Amino acid sequence: MNPIIRTENLTHTYSVGTPFERTAIVGVDFAAHPGEFVGIIGHTGSGKSTLMQHLNGLLTPTSGRVLFQGEDIHQSKALTRSVRFQVGLVFQYPEYQLFEESVYKDIAFGPKNMGLSKSEIDQRVREAAALVGLGAAHLEKSPFVLSGGQKRRAAIAGVMAMKPKVLILDEPTAGLDPRGRTEILDNIRTFHRETGATVILVTHSMEEIARTVDRIAVMSDGKVAMTGTRGEIFAQGDALEQMGLDLPEITRVALRLRAMGIDLPGDIFTVEQAVQALLAYKREVAGC
Amino acid sequence: MLKDITLGQYFPGNTFIHRLDPRTKLLMTIVYLVCVFTARTPIAFGVVALYLAIMIIVSNVKLRLLLRGMKPLIFLLALTGTLNLFLTPGEPLVSIWRLSISREGIEWAIMLILRITMMITGSFILTYTTPPMALTDGIESLMRPLKRIGVPAHELAMIMSIALRFIPTLLEETDRIMRAQKARGASFDTGNIIQRGRAMLPILLPLFISAFRRAEELAVAMESRCYHDGEGRTRMRALQYSRDDALTGLIGLLLLGSIITLRVTGL
Repeated sequence: MNPIIRTENLTHTYSVGTPFERTAIVGVDFAAHPGEFVGIIGHTGSGKSTLMQHLNGLLTPTSGRVLFQGEDIHQSKALTRSVRFQVGLVFQYPEYQLFEESVYKDIAFGPKNMGLSKSEIDQRVREAAALVGLGAAHLEKSPFVLSGGQKRRAAIAGVMAMKPKVLILDEPTAGLDPRGRTEILDNIRTFHRETGATVILVTHSMEEIARTVDRIAVMSDGKVAMTGTRGEIFAQGDALEQMGLDLPEITRVALRLRAMGIDLPGDIFTVEQAVQALLAYKREVAGC
Repeated sequence: MLKDITLGQYFPGNTFIHRLDPRTKLLMTIVYLVCVFTARTPIAFGVVALYLAIMIIVSNVKLRLLLRGMKPLIFLLALTGTLNLFLTPGEPLVSIWRLSISREGIEWAIMLILRITMMITGSFILTYTTPPMALTDGIESLMRPLKRIGVPAHELAMIMSIALRFIPTLLEETDRIMRAQKARGASFDTGNIIQRGRAMLPILLPLFISAFRRAEELAVAMESRCYHDGEGRTRMRALQYSRDDALTGLIGLLLLGSIITLRVTGL
């Protein structure tokens, strides 16, 4: 299968020609396939956000290319603009960019810029709002009276309403309480399931990644240090630690139990899996 | 990108000028500005330009940055130049319709453009070589005598340093919001002036909200660390004049003296 979005030897340097010149990413080859749920994880300053902003053409590569469905997105201005709608990007703390007088209008901002018909916009706004659990009552409110978690979800709906083929979210759960986090991740999973779009989740929380994604890319020092399935990545605990990352807590517990001689499978990433494995183990032990 | 706006930005360095006391640099800039506006003859302008050239070389300002800082002023320069060219009364050299260009007009236009360029470049060197905090410390220290007549020197300096401190932050924030709205298909560089103005709304609104939020957070942060106004405050880095400052002051007096002499003698 051909990747829907891909970078080729992508390098980006900020503030070229000033004393603040800084190279954020070097020679990055990254690819995501249609319908995939990819996680990008990395320490602060590893270049995750810079990479993300290249995928929808907000940043122009210093060198290298970004290909969307096989085409260089910087070929023409028209193509760059159309890619903006097909590759939706949700920034960190997206609630700070709400500006309209009602939640409805704010969610409609993207679809309106796409030049859709009024009825199409209306349908998309309602669908997107429903996806993130905002009811009709919320739509008429000013976005500024919503709670923090609701604001965030309204902002995410604003991008979902464009029905992008690729949805990128940069730390969508940062600064939320555990309940807000679970809700947002659930919303994103629902979007992924219902639209079949590619979703790229950028985070530094191993727990989130472990719970959600099919494939992981680990970034370190502006490079993609490793890619693979959860099992493949989490098997390299020492390497992750050197990059300032940790295994999910429950995986560490399971590994420790294994080291103590309790026979658990090596690929436990969530609490639910751990519960299953422990119950199975208990039955086995009690059985003999 | 907005972040690359250089006018009034500090660039770290360790040159002779970077190391000078901010008060010296402020006073020297004032002396320099007085000279720029006192100079009238080519010789006087030559002397000031020589001084400016030496400053640029010693402070190691990159010429490219300097030119980039001047870019937004090209319109102002062109306007001032044109207006003076046509509107200065004098003996007409060329006449087109009702407009005429006089010898005096040409002289004035050149002089004004020179003055503005030199003024901006000189001030640029001040902000280029002095961290904003040092700059406001210097201003506060220079204004201290005015406290006697009720000028709130410390408060003014604090307001200034906060404003300066937030310029890059707000620029960065604007940049971020702009990118976020662009990601939703907003475009800022198409359409007529009204459409472009309207397109700014999705940026300005979030920007104002975030500025107010930041102001409030800053106020809380300052008060929770027991900030109070100027009375009895001491400084972590006390300003101290050195021999370099004395030398620079001497150069300043020399410059001022020669320009005044040139003006008086009419050379």
